[in-house]
Amino acid sequence: MIEISVKKRLQGVEGTIDLKIGTTIETGAFVSIFGASGAGKTTLLRMISGLERPDEGRIVVDGEVWFDSARKIDLPPQKRRTGFVFQDYALFPNMSVRENLAYALEKGDDPKSIERLLERVGLSALADRYPSQLSGGQRQRVAMARALVRHPKLLLLDEPLSALDHDMRLKLQEELLKIHKMFGVTTLLVSHDPSEIFRLCHRVIVIENGIVAKTGTPSDVFVKDRIGSTLKFTGEILQISQSEMVTILTLSVGNQLVKVVASESEAADLKIGDRVQLVSKAFHPMISKIETS
Amino acid sequence: MMETEFWTTMLLTFRLAAVTTLILLVVGIPLAYLLSTMRSRLKPVLETIVSMPLVLPPTVLGFYLLVAFSPEHAFGKFFIDHFDFHLAFSFEGLVLGSVLFSLPFMVHPIQTGFQSLPPSLAEAAQTLGKSRMNILFKVLLPNIKPSLLTGTVIAFAHTVGEFGVVLMIGGNIPGKTKVASIAIYDEVEALNYDLANHYAFTLFLITFVILLTVYMINRKFFRSL
Repeated sequence: MIEISVKKRLQGVEGTIDLKIGTTIETGAFVSIFGASGAGKTTLLRMISGLERPDEGRIVVDGEVWFDSARKIDLPPQKRRTGFVFQDYALFPNMSVRENLAYALEKGDDPKSIERLLERVGLSALADRYPSQLSGGQRQRVAMARALVRHPKLLLLDEPLSALDHDMRLKLQEELLKIHKMFGVTTLLVSHDPSEIFRLCHRVIVIENGIVAKTGTPSDVFVKDRIGSTLKFTGEILQISQSEMVTILTLSVGNQLVKVVASESEAADLKIGDRVQLVSKAFHPMISKIETS
Repeated sequence: MMETEFWTTMLLTFRLAAVTTLILLVVGIPLAYLLSTMRSRLKPVLETIVSMPLVLPPTVLGFYLLVAFSPEHAFGKFFIDHFDFHLAFSFEGLVLGSVLFSLPFMVHPIQTGFQSLPPSLAEAAQTLGKSRMNILFKVLLPNIKPSLLTGTVIAFAHTVGEFGVVLMIGGNIPGKTKVASIAIYDEVEALNYDLANHYAFTLFLITFVILLTVYMINRKFFRSL
């Protein structure tokens, strides 16, 4: 069980935010921290790992006090058993994959454990390569493996998949799940991608304006009202053309261009460049499969 | 006779540069590391002190060093009383002066090297349980080898070429404080253009070869990344 209750004043781009987070995380869970960028998600992970210091509060992991401002306890990052996977992976460029992992060993650890770990996460074939010779997805896997060498109590993932393309993300999400099952380590994932959270996590903590705005299962948090809802898109008007009876709008929605029909009253105050909301009933959408996972 | 003096002077020049560079490495790496991680308000002050020799006329630094080295001054007296050597007009004094004067040439490239590394490297190593010393030697320094090489070579070359400070605090004692740059000036004054050219051309050649080597090694290093 991990208990977190911390306060910290952050200087963000949009002024100061008072981060005030209180939550508990059950051992072995896969929990996501969700929120807009600049909301303090990464800062929360950094405070848990000891890389940043809360202004006040407590962090207790399995009964071990990592931080307690009242009792002046502040374990350095070295003494907290966390595995941190950074957004840029932070692999050591001067070391091969094997050396990156072996660097995390402590005195007296069995060096053979590295070979076993490489095997388990499917990196044996890449063991002698250097980070500069790896693809983004491979680097991510090395960073994960390196974070696991010390058998951390807590695995902290700071948007580890954000730099990868869609297919690679899906593949690595599977792998994250596999690794979580295999090692059973309590995992905290910072993400701003609801679909990723949906696939991976048991629970999501939503941070807004520096506080925990919501917490629950991903479907509780993200799927608001179940059926009979509407699909909403926002788009930009690229072209307005008059047909005989109706006005035809060309919109850019996501990365698609669509033509939609607008009534005269709807089109009355629209002009090119306006941002508009496009709402359609979700009652009977057409769904077709693109890809089998 | 001329030949032996030439070689004595050349040897002294490079011995001074080598000793200075070695001391600068030992002093410069921690100083550069400190500056690259420092967030205190004192940082600009420390940076200014390190950079002063870049803009200060060498004679200014030389003058104050000479005053400080004097046996009548507490600093100079301290060395005479405790270590039994005179800093003024001695090799040791030259080393001290050169270290101060070439400090920015060693510190700046290394500091820039440290700052160019993503902070996450050191942080990752911290979460892997490593001490600051371990991180410095195993993670940070191996990844700024080009900066280390640049600092070392520029500091070395700069010490070889130093004139003003050396003249002020070292004088012109053959085999003790007479270095090549001084010798050139000396020979020109004595209208010995041949010997002056001998010194000058040797310095020119050696400096060229040193710099060329650095740039070639650095190019190779960046390619291998």
